[in-house]
Amino acid sequence: MPTMRRIATAAAGSLALALAATSCSTGGDATETLDPNADLSEQTLTVSIWADYYPEDLAEQFEAATGVKTTIVNHTTNEDIVAKLTASSDPGIDVAFVSGQYAQALGEQGILAKLDKSLIPNEENLYPEALELAYDEGNVYSEPYAWGTTGLCYRPDLTGYDPTSWNDLLDPKPELVGKTTMLSTDRWLSMPALKAAGHSLNTTDDAELEEAKAQLIETKPTLLAYDDTTFYSKLVSGEAAMVEAWDGWCNYGIAEDPSIKFVVPEEGADLWVDTMTVLESSKNKEAAMAFIDYILDPEVQTWVAENILYKVPNKAAMEALDPALIDSYPTLGITVDELTQQETIVDLGEDTVKYVDLNAEVLATN
Amino acid sequence: MTSTLQREAPVPFLAPGVLFLIVFMAIPVGLLAFYTFFTRGRFGGIVFDFTLDNWAKLFEPLYLGVIMQSIGMALVVTVLALLLGYPMAYGIAGLSPKWRTVALVAIVLPFWTNFLIRTYAWILLLNNAGWVNQWLQGLGLVDEPISMLYTPQAIIVGLLYMYLPLMVLPLYASLQQLDPSLREAATNLGATPWRAFRTVTLPLSIPGALTGCIFVFVPAMSNFVIPELIGGGKTIMVGNLVRDQFFEARDWPFGATLALVLTILLVIVILVQNAVSRRLTEGPRRG
Repeated sequence: MPTMRRIATAAAGSLALALAATSCSTGGDATETLDPNADLSEQTLTVSIWADYYPEDLAEQFEAATGVKTTIVNHTTNEDIVAKLTASSDPGIDVAFVSGQYAQALGEQGILAKLDKSLIPNEENLYPEALELAYDEGNVYSEPYAWGTTGLCYRPDLTGYDPTSWNDLLDPKPELVGKTTMLSTDRWLSMPALKAAGHSLNTTDDAELEEAKAQLIETKPTLLAYDDTTFYSKLVSGEAAMVEAWDGWCNYGIAEDPSIKFVVPEEGADLWVDTMTVLESSKNKEAAMAFIDYILDPEVQTWVAENILYKVPNKAAMEALDPALIDSYPTLGITVDELTQQETIVDLGEDTVKYVDLNAEVLATN
Repeated sequence: MTSTLQREAPVPFLAPGVLFLIVFMAIPVGLLAFYTFFTRGRFGGIVFDFTLDNWAKLFEPLYLGVIMQSIGMALVVTVLALLLGYPMAYGIAGLSPKWRTVALVAIVLPFWTNFLIRTYAWILLLNNAGWVNQWLQGLGLVDEPISMLYTPQAIIVGLLYMYLPLMVLPLYASLQQLDPSLREAATNLGATPWRAFRTVTLPLSIPGALTGCIFVFVPAMSNFVIPELIGGGKTIMVGNLVRDQFFEARDWPFGATLALVLTILLVIVILVQNAVSRRLTEGPRRG
């Protein structure tokens, strides 16, 4: 597969890349039998994926390899695609990319088809750990596409030291007041405060959430801003010295300023996974399985790691990475052990409201 | 009240407009109102269990506070826009036709550029490491960068910049339409220029000013991009709340409640504007 170098454009276009997360358990439907000898060229495929998250000619490549006429459409966030998938009984999408916790929830709702592993032999390229992720153990409904964690992305020349703890962000040194940003979306707003206090990032305990909320409200006046999309540019410009960042996005800063560093604080962080799922309503399931199998090809996933600068759960692909790239972007070198020690974000069902309210209160407090 | 002209307008001419209003206004707002009485679905959407919780939640101090703060900020923006926009419109109306066109194009020109791009341009200019601070420091005017972004004041400036043209244009239209002979008459009868302005021009331009105020107040109150980008997400307005309920919280019923309240508030503002405007203009029209 031709490798397209697109680091800079990936960085610029990644504004719309919505992020990821994770979680547990699965529901179940009877698997319909798929025909391993189905004529794929008779099938068509519609794939929905985040913009700027895949090779531009992916549809053509897959079509050339299998004869399946393929259309790729983009979504901007998990919420966006989930709304489409749940709005009607046949959304006209065969393969949907969603974060792990959403795959879990959609699987529980019977919206996803069980994967037919006989049609996905490339699953063997995955790290064994990538088959034991809490949101979908055994990868019944989903195969992982990319994964990563969250930490502190910082400029040592501006911080003057190497931060090691979430408290470096939550209670910044006086000289860093007004020079830090935090993520404000979904569960990443509360994660630093929960982790710093030694709580699970999936807690539903009201006292723990209350404690985190108080900490976040205390931290708010010390922030330059909340920023979910341009935090790495604030580092590059020197407006910010330290930001809460997804590892892959910190790389977009490193691409412009190699002195930028990333650290997962000692209290730990999250493990997020973006996954590929097949819709139960799909009439082209054989082609859909073949598509997932095609993506799990080491060459395709090497492209993802090299160009999107996200880690991929594909052992063969990661081993094929150019060591020089890992030198430039150390987050790509985070080992599977280190990564899987982090806590996966679990879909909390009805208790999700607690986090929604926490976010609203922290963000609305002056 | 309703003018005779409207009452006699033939149905075929009204039909497209009425249809448009039904499809794009009445039905959506009706749906919004309907949604406010039900429960949120797990992935967004609506579960049809009747509840009044959404309305109760609205009166929690947190949300009430955000609504009041938005009204306050939109009011400040509107007053500033009026103070800045009136002299601008007055000046433009007094220009020769050629320069008038130039001035109007200059005012409308920013609208040709995408609003997000203009917002990012402000960030590029005003951030702590931005051009303005670089120049100020380069010229030795300041030692430390001045923080100009990510404050409530920055939001007000951003909104003012964005919506000032919407104040200037209706004001200009009403000032430009004023019959010059009215002012001449006042002057001929011995009024000083200031008195002629105060007693003739100013009252006659009030409907235009009120329209401008509505044009600024309404979008300023519901904007959510400027608080997020220029305000750094640290101060939220009711527009952010509505957006977050749908996209982050997946709580459509509460989002619908907030949106409906916002709509009702703005309709009230428009009704008041209409009533005031009509009282001011009814006399001359009847005569």
